[in-house]
Amino acid sequence: MNSVNDRSRDIGPFVPGPDDDMLICRCEEITKGEIRKAVHEGMWTMTEIRRYLRTGMGLCQGQTCSKLVKGIVARELGISPGELEPATSRVPMRPIEMRIFANEAKEVGDHE
Amino acid sequence: MKRFDLIIVGAGPSGLSAAIEAAKRGLDVVVFDENEKPGGQLFKQIHKFFGSKEHRAKVRGFVIGEQLLKEADEAGVKVVLNATVIGLYQDKEVVVKIGEEISHYKGDSIIIATGAAENMVTFPGWTLPGVIGAGAAQTMMNLHGVLPGKKVLMLGSGNVGLVVSFQLLQCGCEVVALVDAAPRVGGYGVHAAKVARTGVPFFLSHTIVKAEGDEAVSGVTIAEVDDKFQFIPGTEKHFDVDTICLAVGLSPMSQLLKMAGAKMEDNPRRGGQVPICDEYGRTSIEGVFVAGDVSGIEEASSAMIEGRMAGIVAAEYLGYIEKEELDSKLKELDCALDGLRQGMFAPSNRGKAIEKTEEGIDISTNLLKKGYIADDEIERFPGITHRKGIHPVIECTQNIPCNPCQDACPKKCISIGENITSLPIVLQDCDCINCGMCVASCSGQAIFLVDEDCGDGTATVTLPYEFLPIPAEGTKGIALGRDGNKVCEATVVSVKTAKAFDKTNLLTMRIPKEYAMSARFFKAEEA
Repeated sequence: MNSVNDRSRDIGPFVPGPDDDMLICRCEEITKGEIRKAVHEGMWTMTEIRRYLRTGMGLCQGQTCSKLVKGIVARELGISPGELEPATSRVPMRPIEMRIFANEAKEVGDHE
Repeated sequence: MKRFDLIIVGAGPSGLSAAIEAAKRGLDVVVFDENEKPGGQLFKQIHKFFGSKEHRAKVRGFVIGEQLLKEADEAGVKVVLNATVIGLYQDKEVVVKIGEEISHYKGDSIIIATGAAENMVTFPGWTLPGVIGAGAAQTMMNLHGVLPGKKVLMLGSGNVGLVVSFQLLQCGCEVVALVDAAPRVGGYGVHAAKVARTGVPFFLSHTIVKAEGDEAVSGVTIAEVDDKFQFIPGTEKHFDVDTICLAVGLSPMSQLLKMAGAKMEDNPRRGGQVPICDEYGRTSIEGVFVAGDVSGIEEASSAMIEGRMAGIVAAEYLGYIEKEELDSKLKELDCALDGLRQGMFAPSNRGKAIEKTEEGIDISTNLLKKGYIADDEIERFPGITHRKGIHPVIECTQNIPCNPCQDACPKKCISIGENITSLPIVLQDCDCINCGMCVASCSGQAIFLVDEDCGDGTATVTLPYEFLPIPAEGTKGIALGRDGNKVCEATVVSVKTAKAFDKTNLLTMRIPKEYAMSARFFKAEEA
């Protein structure tokens, strides 16, 4: 079993750090402390962290922070960032207004 | 749903190159790009590229971009801008946001050439306005003509950090320091040297402690780090700056491939999450190919070759060319790519500390630690020779795949030889006519024309000068050494410009002859 999924592993208690109030995901305003705490609350994958905290779900869609979040989670779990599967990639890849997302272009009979 | 033979995502160097090769072979090709201008990063690259003729060496990046767009247009490629691909589904269905609408396209083959995004690092204050990526600085300066700031600190000594620092200087910004946590300069020595000789101090084994400021950046503190990257107390240094530029690497933008179900891997050597693919860009999904930084961080020259490979592979996949044509073309491109992946900075040497050149000469340690070659190191390199009269002095001291200087000299005074990474040498019977073509052709701005003794106690040094305003003849100022410190008084003898120099001006300064081998930059006296 891969170490990330081995939930019986003891990663120790959450120890507050001096830079816990530093913003990591600036779109959703999530701090380093919140991410570290979430790991101790049982969020051990990038997908779980994303659903729990909304990191990487703002305007930049994780372009800025996903690598940073991954590093913090990996460090907290005591593993290398490469062992953490990135969060699922989904449509839309870029932020998009709902009115545009729902606005399908008319087909003009251009089948070839 | 509109169908294309080939849909390419990304109109940067690799995407356009792929489109050109495929369209030339008869494929109906469309390229989608989310930006309002095509060319990816090429139009931000105002420096001359390295390599050999086949890699478009000594041509400036934005000119290469113009050439690619013209070729794509002639080949019948359709480039759609402001077109954001938001999804890649089964059976190669591509969903694109164009304007205010969502359109669906079917590609019989697909090439993902989405490039990379900049990495960030965190430190207290990193979210303050004024902390920007080096790519953002380039976009502001070179696409929009906006100055990113007045006083800038650059973090990162890779080629991006070095090249952007030079561009900031060209724009008239003051670069107060170039900082890197690594113990050695990561980019080409020639790029570092041209920044250092203008007076920018390098701080290796240093990183940012914090950015200061309430509303925006007003200062920054850096400190030295030990070999475990921990701050060493008492080594803090403060700078008043309004901008902090981060050039700390790139990550492939490979999310579309993951969404499509391509097999991915986390590969630190390639920059992060990348699709598993063969050397020609074939991913685990049949008919889906990749090219450029999305499959591993390199640079634009190799991205263009990878793009061409992917375009040809897609043409063969759809039956537009025979296997024989594919094989012979790929063989040719393999050679071109191998040429670029050689030398001290080759991908296979990443992370290795190279101590000696291929010629067996000790690499300048000062160049790696401070960004410039020390006066007591320079004489050991083969491009440095002494003779009567004007002659080239080539301060090219690391093996990089680049050879325009060899072809530039009409008198054939400069030789690199068979191996493109060899250090250039000045031939013994050199009959230099002071034309300056070598100085202007060197993408690394590492060639100088020196007359060590003009007979009246003075010497002249001709150097590449890419700054404005161009000093007038007779302007008095100071000559700076390789380290950017004043070495002596200097007077401008002439500044030559010519079409063949491609905007590299040749500034000749007169100095006392004892400084002929140390004076390497001119700074006008401030009024």
